[in-house]
Amino acid sequence: MKDNKNSYKLQVKNINVYYGHNKVLKNVSMHIEANTVTAFIGPSGCGKSTYLRLFNRMNDYIGNFRKEGDVFIDGRNIYDKKIEVEELRKTVGMVFQKPNPFPKTIYENIAYGLRIQGINKKNLLDEVVEHSLKQAVLWDEVKDELKKSALELSGGQQQRLCIARALAVEPSVILMDEPASALDPISTSKIEELIFELKKNYTILIVTHNMHQAGRVSDKTGFFYLGELIEFGDTKELFTNPSNERTENYITGRFG
Amino acid sequence: MKISEKIIEKGLWLSAFITVVTTVGIIWVLFSESFTFFREVSLVDFFTDTQWTPLFTKKHFGILPLLTGTLLTTVIAIAVALPVGLTIAVYLNEYAPKNLTRVVKPLLEVLAAIPTVVYGFFALIVVTPFLQGIFPGMAGFNALSPGIVMGIMIIPFVSSLSEDALRAVPNSLREASYGIGSTRFQTAFKVLVPAAASGIIASVILAISRAIGETMIVAIAAGQQPRLTLNPMVPIETITAYIVQVSLGDVPHGSLEYKTIFAAGLMLFMLTFVLNNISFWINRRFRQQYE
Repeated sequence: MKDNKNSYKLQVKNINVYYGHNKVLKNVSMHIEANTVTAFIGPSGCGKSTYLRLFNRMNDYIGNFRKEGDVFIDGRNIYDKKIEVEELRKTVGMVFQKPNPFPKTIYENIAYGLRIQGINKKNLLDEVVEHSLKQAVLWDEVKDELKKSALELSGGQQQRLCIARALAVEPSVILMDEPASALDPISTSKIEELIFELKKNYTILIVTHNMHQAGRVSDKTGFFYLGELIEFGDTKELFTNPSNERTENYITGRFG
Repeated sequence: MKISEKIIEKGLWLSAFITVVTTVGIIWVLFSESFTFFREVSLVDFFTDTQWTPLFTKKHFGILPLLTGTLLTTVIAIAVALPVGLTIAVYLNEYAPKNLTRVVKPLLEVLAAIPTVVYGFFALIVVTPFLQGIFPGMAGFNALSPGIVMGIMIIPFVSSLSEDALRAVPNSLREASYGIGSTRFQTAFKVLVPAAASGIIASVILAISRAIGETMIVAIAAGQQPRLTLNPMVPIETITAYIVQVSLGDVPHGSLEYKTIFAAGLMLFMLTFVLNNISFWINRRFRQQYE
């Protein structure tokens, strides 16, 4: 899987997505390199969340979802019939808009991803829990209370716990769906620092409403509007010198 | 206008008042009659004597045989209703198409609407002979057959309320579980069922209450022999069945034998009262967590 001839981590080819008769993504194609952060911006309902969820097939559960086109991760077509969707999701982790820890202890939240794979060895779990929490910069805050319910943590801590939970199964891609939109400014900046750190080991895709956030954390940015990928390029370039008028109108706050 | 409002208000007040008075009245009768019973039979005898023979010449007043009879049939009923009911709840919630759920749920609730005398009859003439084919030594009256049938009767209590509890689990937890690579089965049993545990436990306790109080099925199919045993193959008697037996019999009004039904009734009331309170407490204590 790793020794693919293709140099791109993620490739999207001519994706169209429909919910019933509604076409929500229109002929989107994209290449994403490994160990980069890519931000998707655009007004509500532009299709950016649907687009993000293509990469771990979370749209599959929506009754009238239909798609045309292909998505490749490490050169593998993830919509191929041979792909086990559960296996795919172990390589493509996800962090959601609202922190959603399980109503279990902090420890069990992290261990869950391994337990469902049948891994129950205590010393291995201990190691993974510690390592994941350290990666998510939460270890120092919770190391003495791992048996505490995750629901007792603050919102920002819960979101970092959710990131640690996603990291525990060792994915190579992490999808983040507005991960800081429910958090206060301090927690938000911690999450942003974290994203910057995680980039070294992971390929990160992030949907955000917050254009400043996109500007701060991402290498590349894609601007979606009404299901179309209007512009995609280096974040600096896109924000300082957008080539499309609609992009410029959006980032300067004329609509959205 | 004013007068009609007043009449309505008084009418509403009266309905509430009647309900409360009835409840208080029943409890009063239970306690006062039991009190005169316990002046003649000591509490120690009542709870330690292993025989219950108030209708024989040599009288014993040990509640234990009736209590074990009740608990035995109830345990069998729950052993049927919990796994089946929970499986149905999980299936309807996580696997079945929404249209099917809409049809199946009311259909299941019909199970609870079948008259219990029909269930009793069903236990006696269908289930018992069938079980005798499997266990040849089984008596014609026994705890197993009515226990199983009672279990079937209370399936909707478990399935319907558990399904409600599972549906109330926030969708974000489902997404979290799927997002990390769980199968549907793992999501259902490792995330959703634990998250809905308070509602599921409350449903089971309600079902237990219902099973303990169930009368007709056990009166018909369990026999009427108070016996201190955990063997489900032999005739036993439950508290409820005993009360029926005495109420229908020719025991003189006001006699000690007659008063036994109040003592037994009080016992029954205590059991269901405590269970209902536990259920209420669990619901209130643990529900807040997810809001």
